[in-house]
Amino acid sequence: MDAIAQFISRAILQGTPLLYGATGEIITEKSGNLNLGIPGIMYIGAISGVIGGFFYQNGADRVEPFLAVLIPLLCCMFGSIVTSLLYCFLTITLKANQNVTGLAITTFGVGFGNFFGGSLIKILKSDVPYLSLVKIAQAYKTPIFPFAEDMSSIGKMFFSYGFMVYFAVIIAVVSGFVLKKTKAGLHLRAVGENPATADAAGINVTLYKYLATTVGGMIAGLGGLFYIMDYSNGIWSNNGFGDRGWLAIAIVIFSIWKPSMSILSSYLFGALYILFNYINVPMTYIPLIQMLPYAVTIIVLIATSVRKKRENQPPASLGLSYFREER
Amino acid sequence: MKKNEKVKSHEPFFHISKRTDISLKQGIIVRIIAILLALAVCGIVTKLFTGDDPISIFKTVFQGAFGTGRTLVTIHEIAILLCVSLAVTPAFRMRFWNTGAEGQVLIGCLSTAMCMFYLGGKVPDGMLILIMAIFAVLSGIIWAVIPAFFKAHWGTNETLFTLMMNYVAIQLIEFFLKIADKSGSNVVGPDLLSHGWFPRLFGENYILNIIIVAVLTVLLYIYLNYSKHGYEISVVGESENTARYIGINVKKVIVRTMALSGAICGIAGLLLVGGASHSIDSNLADGRGFTAIMVAWLAKFNPVTMVLTSLLIVFLERGADEVSSKFGLNADFAEILTGIILFFIIGCEFFINYKINFNHKKNSVKEDK
Repeated sequence: MDAIAQFISRAILQGTPLLYGATGEIITEKSGNLNLGIPGIMYIGAISGVIGGFFYQNGADRVEPFLAVLIPLLCCMFGSIVTSLLYCFLTITLKANQNVTGLAITTFGVGFGNFFGGSLIKILKSDVPYLSLVKIAQAYKTPIFPFAEDMSSIGKMFFSYGFMVYFAVIIAVVSGFVLKKTKAGLHLRAVGENPATADAAGINVTLYKYLATTVGGMIAGLGGLFYIMDYSNGIWSNNGFGDRGWLAIAIVIFSIWKPSMSILSSYLFGALYILFNYINVPMTYIPLIQMLPYAVTIIVLIATSVRKKRENQPPASLGLSYFREER
Repeated sequence: MKKNEKVKSHEPFFHISKRTDISLKQGIIVRIIAILLALAVCGIVTKLFTGDDPISIFKTVFQGAFGTGRTLVTIHEIAILLCVSLAVTPAFRMRFWNTGAEGQVLIGCLSTAMCMFYLGGKVPDGMLILIMAIFAVLSGIIWAVIPAFFKAHWGTNETLFTLMMNYVAIQLIEFFLKIADKSGSNVVGPDLLSHGWFPRLFGENYILNIIIVAVLTVLLYIYLNYSKHGYEISVVGESENTARYIGINVKKVIVRTMALSGAICGIAGLLLVGGASHSIDSNLADGRGFTAIMVAWLAKFNPVTMVLTSLLIVFLERGADEVSSKFGLNADFAEILTGIILFFIIGCEFFINYKINFNHKKNSVKEDK
């Protein structure tokens, strides 16, 4: 029983960056923008947070937990918002191709992250040996429910995490609510389905696209920050984040564009990601298990398109730029 | 002087309209301006991090790409990137967003390596190379046709589908690595893949690869511009309804074109393993499947222009590598510079495709940037 609880805990930790990424991408895709730059934005969010935290940890005499959390958080949001705005400017204002722009953002973002992760100390001529933010990570990892310490393994499974794990769930639930139940959400979905119709109905298409993509990018960036500060204890390693950004995009499909679904699917993908550590298979077959998340996503993608259930489809204008005068 | 009046009358300051009449010359000028601006920004960024003076930086970049003993490697890099870019082109011309070139190349690599591993020494080398080629092309086709089939029949989103296929291919390679090399290393090297190497021409490696890609470029140019198939691809890309109306079997065109894309990706995989590295690991394609999309797009899906755009990207990457190693910076510096250049070129397309009309001023087309 303990082993299972422990496995689920690890899966939740592993799934949380994916959840941030997936929620961000769902909001973005609902506006009709297929932002393939999300993996890059997650890197930029992570490294922006790391840079902010690095300055704070090495500059301040004493690390206050509150500031230690706040400064990287704001830096991360700033970095991912700026990158998202660049994507918006290119695809919405300049009507560039979304796939190409997204891939360029990912190239840039991964490069940006690894470059500063690897060279920050060299550039600042700092005397610390490697990029490590253990003190700041401590602030991020402190469980927000102090009583979890005394609980059984089952209790720990629910209550033992830092605030960002719960924050991810809250964001997903709130975005699900906003998308489904509010007027803004309705407008946003209208923009994603058919921008020309939305425009005719008096909805400011450009504004909605900008807002959704920027907010989505910001949320995704938090996933990168969580990965560094909580999951890997504040230690940056190049390409450590790996292909999680693409996995987040897979989760968007898997949860058929519903943020509430994305919570469980993120944890499920997190579980699949680490499953090979917990089951007894020969080394040789591990890659086949790691293939599962992607294979399952493909099956879901095929199933939704073959079944043609209307509410399960991608937003109809996904990936297309909108130009009012075009017919 | 008219500016104030305009604000008072609450008319928009300008409006945007589509243009179809831009001359080739104007288009090239806009792009050159964009590239020069991008290079300027890259120069400033490089200066910021290295503190070196611009001319010295440029020398280092050039040294990295075409310095002693590097020219052939650089040309080979261009050839491989060009090959993958050629592969994605037919599909993109019909607006099929194939983000799976990475996986299609990798699966080509995998089948090449598997032929070398299992058949090496058992059949004559010439025969082996033929078998490798057949399997590489076939596997590339399979990897590309699966998403195409579902797209054609049920409209399954091809961007996401092909993207996922990449990771399936990566894990298949990992699986092969574990089977082939029991020591658990992440690469199966030339010692295990010792047969089926491409012959060296003129005493140099890579020459055969470069020739193959050059021939492919010409063939694809002819295919796309002067054949019935090429015409059908363009019509489907322009409008599926038009295509259906004039009696083109859209489903057939989609599957056939993706098969071609996959086949060329398979060839790229064959060249990478059989003609260059003689080894395989899951990072062998090195993101080229994604870079190729940008290369092809920059060249407006014209195979001949693609030679130039792949040259630009490879030149930058190798140059930036040299800059970063000279100053002890991280090698990912290259990606930042590539990213900056791409942003500028992506942005400048706007000024080619659209016209900004300033109100109250007739025939005044402004093209800054």
